[in-house]
Amino acid sequence: MVRAQVLICGGTGCTSSGSVKLIPEFEAQIAKNGLEDEIKIVKTGCFGLCELGPVVIVYPDGTFYSRVEESDVKEIVEEHLLKGRIVERLAYTDVAADAVVKGNVSLSDTRFYSKQKRVALRNCGVIDPENIEEYIAMDGYAALGKALTEMTPEEVIKTVMDSGLRGRGGGGFPTGLKWSFTAKNQADQKYVVCNADEGDPGAFMDRSVLEGDPHCLVEAMTICGYATGATEGYVYVRAEYPIAVARLQKAIDDARAYGLLGKNIFDSGFDFDLFIRLGAGAFVCGEETALMTSIEGNRGEPRPRPPYPAVKGLFGKPTTENNVETFANIPQIILKGAEFFNSMGTEKSKGTKVFALGGKINNTGLVEIPMGTTLREVIEDIGGGIPNGKKFKAAQTGGPSGGCLPASLLDIQIDYDNLVAQGAMMGSGGLIVMDEDTCMVDIAKFFLDFTVDESCGKCTPCRIGTKRLYEILEKITSGNGTLADLDEMESLCYYIKENSLCGLGQTAPNPVLSTYKQFKDEYIAHVVDKKCPAGVCKSLLSIVIEADKCKGCTLCSRVCPVGAISGTVKNPHVIDQSKCIKCGACIEKCKFGAISKK
Amino acid sequence: MADVNIKINGKDYTVPAGSTILTAARMAGIEIPTLCYLKEINEIGACRICVVEVKGARSLVAACVFPVNEGMEIFTNTPKVIESRKTTLKLILSNHKRECLSCVRSGNCELQKLCHDYGIENEYAFAGVKSAYAIDNSAAHMYRDNEKCILCRRCVAACEKNQGCGVIGANDRGFDTHIACAFEKPLADVACISCGQCITVCPTGALSERDDTQKVFDALNDPAKHVIVQTAPAVRVGLGEEFGYEMGTVVTGKLVAALKALGFDGVFDTNFSADLTIMEEATEFLGRYTKKENLPLITSCSPGWIKYCETYYPEFIPNLSSCKSPQGMFGSVAKTYYAEKMGIDPKDIYVVSVMPCTAKKFEAERREHTAVEGLADIDAVLTVRELARMIKKAGILFRELPDAQYDAPFGLGSGAGTIFGATGGVMEAALRTAYEVLTKEELTALDFHDVRGVAGIKEATYTIAGNEIRVAVVSGTANAGKLLEMIKSGEKTYDFIEIMACPGGCVNGGGQPIQPASVHNFRDIRAERAAGLYADDKALPVRKSHENPDVKAIYDEFFGEPNSHKAHEILHTSYVARKKY
Repeated sequence: MVRAQVLICGGTGCTSSGSVKLIPEFEAQIAKNGLEDEIKIVKTGCFGLCELGPVVIVYPDGTFYSRVEESDVKEIVEEHLLKGRIVERLAYTDVAADAVVKGNVSLSDTRFYSKQKRVALRNCGVIDPENIEEYIAMDGYAALGKALTEMTPEEVIKTVMDSGLRGRGGGGFPTGLKWSFTAKNQADQKYVVCNADEGDPGAFMDRSVLEGDPHCLVEAMTICGYATGATEGYVYVRAEYPIAVARLQKAIDDARAYGLLGKNIFDSGFDFDLFIRLGAGAFVCGEETALMTSIEGNRGEPRPRPPYPAVKGLFGKPTTENNVETFANIPQIILKGAEFFNSMGTEKSKGTKVFALGGKINNTGLVEIPMGTTLREVIEDIGGGIPNGKKFKAAQTGGPSGGCLPASLLDIQIDYDNLVAQGAMMGSGGLIVMDEDTCMVDIAKFFLDFTVDESCGKCTPCRIGTKRLYEILEKITSGNGTLADLDEMESLCYYIKENSLCGLGQTAPNPVLSTYKQFKDEYIAHVVDKKCPAGVCKSLLSIVIEADKCKGCTLCSRVCPVGAISGTVKNPHVIDQSKCIKCGACIEKCKFGAISKK
Repeated sequence: MADVNIKINGKDYTVPAGSTILTAARMAGIEIPTLCYLKEINEIGACRICVVEVKGARSLVAACVFPVNEGMEIFTNTPKVIESRKTTLKLILSNHKRECLSCVRSGNCELQKLCHDYGIENEYAFAGVKSAYAIDNSAAHMYRDNEKCILCRRCVAACEKNQGCGVIGANDRGFDTHIACAFEKPLADVACISCGQCITVCPTGALSERDDTQKVFDALNDPAKHVIVQTAPAVRVGLGEEFGYEMGTVVTGKLVAALKALGFDGVFDTNFSADLTIMEEATEFLGRYTKKENLPLITSCSPGWIKYCETYYPEFIPNLSSCKSPQGMFGSVAKTYYAEKMGIDPKDIYVVSVMPCTAKKFEAERREHTAVEGLADIDAVLTVRELARMIKKAGILFRELPDAQYDAPFGLGSGAGTIFGATGGVMEAALRTAYEVLTKEELTALDFHDVRGVAGIKEATYTIAGNEIRVAVVSGTANAGKLLEMIKSGEKTYDFIEIMACPGGCVNGGGQPIQPASVHNFRDIRAERAAGLYADDKALPVRKSHENPDVKAIYDEFFGEPNSHKAHEILHTSYVARKKY
């Protein structure tokens, strides 16, 4: 009789921080104590709180152990599993000040989890993703069964439509409406495509679903196939996600073996099968037509729309395309009804949204929040605030296509329309927090560098326009910009947005436009005062020694890699600005705080 | 299809449903500029020069690919549209090798024309890094200068869609995107058939024929050389466009006069050797047809097609006619019969061809069976474009030249020879001769309409003297591939097939004058030029190859009869299977 379960996170974050080594160690320690029959080890998907990985949770009490190292395992087994005493030094117990906790601090009590609502990620970190029976035990494939045996395709689409679910991949197009377009086009063959290309740097929610709950995608795509009249589906997933690919393939194979994919599913007469196609990781392949072109075996480039995929998609046939997170909501919507989903969120944005919280934030990780949660709640409560007591400066949402929200917008309710209204966007849910040490011009340049590199090169505005825009930003950050450059920059941004062929180009200038809108004074400082207020742009700052603070210890002159610092013992030192490369090594070394960026 | 009502610039129009904004505007008398768009083969909406405003649309839309729908309101010339197009042009220019003054396409460059029309006041805007690429001059027939490339991909489309080769494509991405062969191989090392269709659709000077004009000027200036020139059938209907004549105008007299003015020692007509080809090939066909051997016989006039067959369908090499092409036959008789007749050492005879074709440059370098051991049959090949440049450089006022006549002994060509320049022409010429050979009766209805026209694949069955002859006529090697596949699968059976590499035949050859996309998209270059040749045929006194007096003379004096041993030695050749990779 199993009396306790040890859940060890096998997601990418914890895997890279060493969770793989924990499993054999737990097995060894459990065996050593003769607990094999009482304790079960489960390798799960991502829990979300990657910052504190490797993560181990012990059920039934739900104790959350963070940053568990191989050497800690012995103690957990001997103390917790054998004697029932929680290892306090490893337990994560960060609860809100006003939280009422009964007994042990459980996962759902913590600040990180208490405001989350897990729909898309419901099984991640809960079940063994490689075991179809665990998925089934969590009501898996019940939604498919319900759709196939109790609902008509029209009813399925109506439920999805009524749920208010919108595409979680970028534009936020109503999912049910999208399905209805494909459904009404007659063709000898239709397809369902899942965009698991997840190109936004920093976003990994799709990866988490694939790694932590792959059957959910299989089920959702099959439901979509039934609703739209498609009999084949493709999952386009980047080859850089090897764990996701392996688990998804296993899920597909197991589903086939269980008769949940293939011919005559649930004896309903409906046939559906699913295939994986690997992408080489081009950002543009997240654009639906480029993705389909890539699946077809061609260079991943977008094609003009119309015709839209619902009319002429994959291999020229009507196709429904959604991303992983969108699909991940479907089984719950079908099973629990539209109201379950549309009771959460705001007027036009229903349900929950997963964000990949990163940057200058304490709790880096994946969070799923109801739409309408404020940015402040995400950053201060769930995210645990900004490290080192720094001040919040901006949050960047939507990745390279998105924009920045400044401190004045901290109380914005996060939903599609509010973000767009502020020049940002939901995108796939990247949320990067920036503190006061961030230069917004530099950030814009950083994101643009990404899109310049990822442009497919098909259309002129994106191919050459973004490159020229980047060059203008380079000019500004190197101290050679003028006010006229700012005008040219702005008009080039609008030109690129208006003229580009696909979403990549049309949104590429967003980081520039949004930072220019929210932090115009920083741009002006760069071109007029030739200063970078955040002290990031090296060409615009000088490192100086304050003579009255300098004790003449000579440490700085010895650490300077280019010999730019001169001075005699016990006398104030001086930096030769013509030699200084602004590496900052001297600042770190100075014990008297005499050296600073100006 | 039903019509839809739209508004363009505030005025009402009714246009067919399914039209693009571009075609709808054209019907309304408005030309929207394009760069990347080529009807049917390159509808990719990439260059963004054709953007227009559509009421209610989120952003500007590409007119070339955006379909009209009921009630649509389109604005083609708003300040926003004009500014956007100007920015697009400036961005393209910012990464363009601005050597416009001396560029081979100066004056006939679509980018240059748009920059002029839109009044780009600062061609050096958006200064920044520029792409650097080496010129690929590896192939026998052309150059690629990617620093002039605007990435419209028209060449890629022509190569893949029309020619079925697909040897070029986009490599790298973003700003580094460039058109090249797979793995950056030089063009000479890939399965390129040298057809030059890519060049004729290039809007700028990124692609051009290998320039052999200096080589020819040098020969003309060499007193030791006897320099003679032949002009292919389709040259007479192409060259005029370089001098402002309407498409389809036949300018034979001025062409001959210009060549004489350039100083050639003999100006001859490839129509003569086209007739010679018919004598040989019709005889070859009747021989194979009687013996039912290596059928279908497939023509060998088009060197692009020959290279395509050798590379992509080597299993059909036995079906190819062993006849040299008319260009090759001319060179062969020039260095044998002509040398003998004129008493000139063949080594001193320099044979220049003026061809509507770039693959002829490749063909001239083949050495399978030259007529005189150690000598090339052809010493230099000029495309129509190169000849026009020579005429301009020499200060010859083409339009003012009095018409002149070709020289003897290769000055006479039949109408059958003339129509070699259009798809179906070789077939028709062969049928005219075969009919009379087989029936021993005079053919009175000379026009074989079934094999005329621009369709990519045409077929007909003729019963001549009780013999049923199934023929097919194909142009564009993509169509050739389709037909050969049907033959391989047994779906189709023919006795005689004419294949031309270029769509529409030589009138639309890779060496013809370059027409801008606006002409490609809204007129039929193939049909208009072919019409000129068919009119020329109709007007000629001799319209059957076997009735050409010069041809009769050469058999009487030299070869004896078609397919004689001597004819085989001099006028026939062989082929080699080539690897694709």
